[in-house]
Amino acid sequence: MTSPSIKKLLIALSAAAVCTAHAAPPTAIGKSEGKLDVIAWPGYLENGSSDKKYDWVTNFEKDSGCKVNVKTAATSDEMVSLMNKGGYDLVTASGDASLRLVAGKKVQEINTALVPSWKNVDSRLQNAPWHTVGGKHFGVPYQWGPNVLMYNTSTFKTAPTTWGVVFEPQNLPDGKPNKGRIQAYDGPIYIADAALYLMKKDPSLGIKDPYELNEKQYAAVLKLLRQQKTLAHRYWHDVTVQMTDFKKEGVVASGTWPYQVNTLKGEKQPIASTIPTEGATGWADTTMMATKAAHPNCAYKWLEHSLSAGTQSGVAEWFGSNPAVPEACKAKAPGGSDFCSDNGFAKFTEIKFWRTPEAKCSLKEGCVPYSRWTSDYIAIMGGR
Amino acid sequence: MSTLALRPLANTLYRNNNLFLFLLLTPPLLWFGVAYLGSLFALLWQSFYTFDSFSMSVSPEFTLENYRSLFDATNLDIILRTLGMAISVTLACAAIAFPIAYYMTRYATPRERGCFYVGVMLPMWASYIVKAYAWTVILSQQGILYWFINHLGLTNGLNQVLQLPIIGGNTLATSNLGRFIVFTYLWLPFMILPIQAALERVPSNLLQASSDLGARPGQTFRKILFPLVFPGVIAGSIFTFSLTLGDYIIPQLIGPSGLYIGNMVYTMQGSVGNMPLAAAFTVVPIVLIAIYLKMAKRAGAFDAL
Repeated sequence: MTSPSIKKLLIALSAAAVCTAHAAPPTAIGKSEGKLDVIAWPGYLENGSSDKKYDWVTNFEKDSGCKVNVKTAATSDEMVSLMNKGGYDLVTASGDASLRLVAGKKVQEINTALVPSWKNVDSRLQNAPWHTVGGKHFGVPYQWGPNVLMYNTSTFKTAPTTWGVVFEPQNLPDGKPNKGRIQAYDGPIYIADAALYLMKKDPSLGIKDPYELNEKQYAAVLKLLRQQKTLAHRYWHDVTVQMTDFKKEGVVASGTWPYQVNTLKGEKQPIASTIPTEGATGWADTTMMATKAAHPNCAYKWLEHSLSAGTQSGVAEWFGSNPAVPEACKAKAPGGSDFCSDNGFAKFTEIKFWRTPEAKCSLKEGCVPYSRWTSDYIAIMGGR
Repeated sequence: MSTLALRPLANTLYRNNNLFLFLLLTPPLLWFGVAYLGSLFALLWQSFYTFDSFSMSVSPEFTLENYRSLFDATNLDIILRTLGMAISVTLACAAIAFPIAYYMTRYATPRERGCFYVGVMLPMWASYIVKAYAWTVILSQQGILYWFINHLGLTNGLNQVLQLPIIGGNTLATSNLGRFIVFTYLWLPFMILPIQAALERVPSNLLQASSDLGARPGQTFRKILFPLVFPGVIAGSIFTFSLTLGDYIIPQLIGPSGLYIGNMVYTMQGSVGNMPLAAAFTVVPIVLIAIYLKMAKRAGAFDAL
């Protein structure tokens, strides 16, 4: 071996050593750095400025000495791009973003021993595949919620029992056809909703998991979505526009988030929601820590604080989600509502949580990856 | 004290004209070169990279695949959809803006003209997002527009219009017609102002001379007024055309499903991470505008500048 190649080897070895040193999570929490930068969904970190009653940040700042700085993001994609830019410590990532962050090495492994409340986290979420990779935890579960079927109660006297009302042409209980009166979501992840419906409706397809589809299953799902295109009033993108559509555009059924349902109910609109027999898709958000977090000690303190019953119940009531800590259901939220039953906490097992479909999956023939989901869904929305 | 200390520097700069010019021009040139052209070329460069849809990752291998895939049926749909809207919005804006601008210039008293200016500019002071959301309410089935049409007894007419292919849809808010109305509303001021400026430069005695020599009003318009104002129309149309071509908010809020170029770029770079295809799509409006300018130049739009 010549000396330059030895030198190269040494450089490589030391580089590897440095890398592993960085990759291993800390084993103790040090002194507070006085500051914490977080990317979060709007409403996830409230310091009382929206509503005095909803504040789970101020007491944390007082106790930990970490000033919390929140940057809200409107979409998963925005979160990923903010994290790529850097400069943040934590992010509340949904399942369709979390694996992308892990794969891109933007977030680091969490030492759960430093988060005492980890043991209180819902056991069904502790090892969830959207934040656990190779046995390592890349985040701490924060909140979750279902994508419910919202319907107009003057059209549906009883709750619809199947997602078929938004997928198949039919007459609704008021005798008029559903054409032009239902909506679909305008994100490729909605393909999973159609797959979930087919899972029950057509068992011969053998769909086991709506996020793992082989070519044959995928083709059947797309066929269903093309049929839905002829029925859809619009593909909803924006929560405000969707609420306007239910109020003023004669839309009577659509998949949606509890947020819209709660808001419309609050406005005394004839609106209710249900989870049909097929179950539902849903989201589960995880607080993840940036690889290059500048304030790791404050970040660990927040991870612990984020699991406290006060934080969990406050977020759940304010946002319309469910706590990742079941104990928090018993806590009294600022508004005094029974948020766990309002937001469908008991329906956990019926929910297939969002995650990014990948080519490498549990099927031996492989699965259709998310990039194809995107291009095909764009084609369907465009009428092809 | 300090002025004395700066004296030698001032003297050097005074004697050395080129150095002074160099210092003065460097910051703007750097800005133009790095921030403007640099980022544009970085983008163009990316459009030749390879995206592996299996692993969903980008590799720096040179390919023309991204440009070829622009001609796939779905992607071509997106381009034609956007282009069609941009052209129709531009034509409509020109047709509406011309009479308004003409009235402002020829007939309005100075006081009225002030009111017109404010009237035209006022909507531009409000946030674009606010206006877009306001239109979602205006166009909805229980909105003011439907109410108005109902009271005029024109509901059947509207329904028939909505049943037409391409422009129609389930309701106004989900039809191309609705989206067209919103685009036209939003970009109209950008058309009125340049046309008005161009009209102001046309001497009124030319029009009088034309009619003295026996030209009918239509002839005067075709042969005298329009050619002279044409550069203004083109200037305005560059705004309306490129703004429609690049917009990605209105297509999300109003009108039928089906992406526009802007939405496609956003989706490709955001949710899929397919930067190369996003970059290739970004080149489309650049090429379209370049073709448009070329055609405008040939039509003599810049002769009067």
